[in-house]
Amino acid sequence: MTALRHLMRDPVAAFGLLIVVFAVFVATFAHWLAPFPDDAFESNIMQRLRPPSAEFLFGTDNLGRDIFSRVILGTRSALLVALAVVLAAMLIGVPVGLIAGWRDGWLSEGLMRFTDVFLAVPQLILALALGQLLAPGIFTAMVALALTYWPFFARTVFAETRRLRGALFVDALAGIGAHPARILVLHVLPNAAPAVLVRATIGMGFTILTAAILGFLGVGATPPTPDWGLAVSEARQHLPDAWWFATFPGLAILLLVLGFNLLGDGLRDAADPRLRRSRH
Amino acid sequence: MTALLDIEGLRVDMRGGAQILDGVSITVAPGQIMGVVGESGCGKSTLLRAMLGILPRGATARGRVMFEGRDILPDQAAQARGRIGFVPQDPYLSLNPTFRAGDQIFEIMRRHATGTRADHRAKLLDLLRAVQLPDPEAALRKYPHEFSGGQRQRLLIAAALSCDPSLVVADEPTTALDVTTQREILGLLREIARARGLSMLFVTHDFGVLASLCDAVTVLYAGRVAEAGPTRAILDAPTHPYTRLLLACHPDRAVELAGIPGTVPPATAQPSGCRFHPRCPQAEAHCADAVPPLLAITEGRSLACAHPEPALV
Repeated sequence: MTALRHLMRDPVAAFGLLIVVFAVFVATFAHWLAPFPDDAFESNIMQRLRPPSAEFLFGTDNLGRDIFSRVILGTRSALLVALAVVLAAMLIGVPVGLIAGWRDGWLSEGLMRFTDVFLAVPQLILALALGQLLAPGIFTAMVALALTYWPFFARTVFAETRRLRGALFVDALAGIGAHPARILVLHVLPNAAPAVLVRATIGMGFTILTAAILGFLGVGATPPTPDWGLAVSEARQHLPDAWWFATFPGLAILLLVLGFNLLGDGLRDAADPRLRRSRH
Repeated sequence: MTALLDIEGLRVDMRGGAQILDGVSITVAPGQIMGVVGESGCGKSTLLRAMLGILPRGATARGRVMFEGRDILPDQAAQARGRIGFVPQDPYLSLNPTFRAGDQIFEIMRRHATGTRADHRAKLLDLLRAVQLPDPEAALRKYPHEFSGGQRQRLLIAAALSCDPSLVVADEPTTALDVTTQREILGLLREIARARGLSMLFVTHDFGVLASLCDAVTVLYAGRVAEAGPTRAILDAPTHPYTRLLLACHPDRAVELAGIPGTVPPATAQPSGCRFHPRCPQAEAHCADAVPPLLAITEGRSLACAHPEPALV
């Protein structure tokens, strides 16, 4: 709770939190907030590429769909994709880090070298390759993103586990017969939780950005899904005349990624007093 | 008088062949404060951890540790839990940083101390006042990192005493502290031990601490006992060459500060015979062949050396 209070005193982090909370709100109530919720899948070719107006706040796209509605509807998929990718990456990375940090010898070395290999895989290339290999689509993109993001969690948790492995309270727990799994999950992991949380928050922003890039490259979301990256990609052919087509989905990406990054930075500062910036 | 703690032939081996302790025997009488001295790496901390059943992974202990008439080594000290209080060397990671200090101590008390939660709380607050921790009520709700080093050490002394132990085991509890705090904590320990009739096993490498606190001393070198006896007698007339050299290193006692040439041998490559012979100024050829047995030389004193200073024996 002290960390949260600290976070709220940091105006930049509070701004990040505000953006994220707003995005979650929009995503949750997307179907009620969007003026034309049916525009997710329907097209009105008669009113294509209309500039922003009172009726269409962000204008319409090449199929006559309301961009404002599609940006709102796209929030949900952006957040869900990011959340799923980060959770999957945590599910792989955290146990690997705990086990590698706890154990000595070949198992630990093997796991960490394996981690290093995945750390060296370029994210976009893997996503493109997987997209070509399997069916290009949002699920393939998510698999590729999760596969390249888990090493960050593994390394973070590994470092904390190594630091605490020789701590007296850990030896004492082992001395009274606590099972390693119990020690790791109930006593070591809570110590790594702040670092993992920071990683996850920054990872959310990172994943949204990369997912948008993949959508833009055509190996992410598939039409007619309302996806920000996809929208920017479709808008390319209509630039610079229909500037609103690319601008508003682009701004949405920018804002949400910015929100997660600011929040992540703020969380890191709140979790680690040594890194606290002084603001006056 | 039966001993409260009787360690006999304690051996600790690491996986991979390193031998940390080789047949260490120490006896602590009720109410006695026994000091254990030696350079870093002589196995002082391992001795304490072996008897408490909290050896690092990969280490195994053999021998006998009789405490209150029972061997506590085979079942990892389970029977002695709550009867032995432990004050660790480094108070920093002795408590889990993610839980409140008070809760961690109450957890021990719920398991080992009698009475209700309210009793425990009252008792711990009394102890915190006794160790002079400022604002004990607030201290219970704090997290370990919110204390200073000295405060954390006081907290752990209170924790060690929380279940009314008959023996307190302390591993250089004052080395991490500055001299004035050190003095205060030592005074506190002595006072508490006298007031409660506690026995103590006190590991240190500081002869000043030893002289002011301990009734008896055991000098450890490379995992073996070099010499043992009453503090005054050992300090006034050390018989083992190692003890004499160690004493000569103390600024209060030496005119010119001396050192001991060489270092403690690594546990993986112990020298044959007397383990001190490569550094001993009096070593002779046979010192490298035979292990000198620990023999009683006078009342309450024992020594493991083939040729002690004759004038002093």
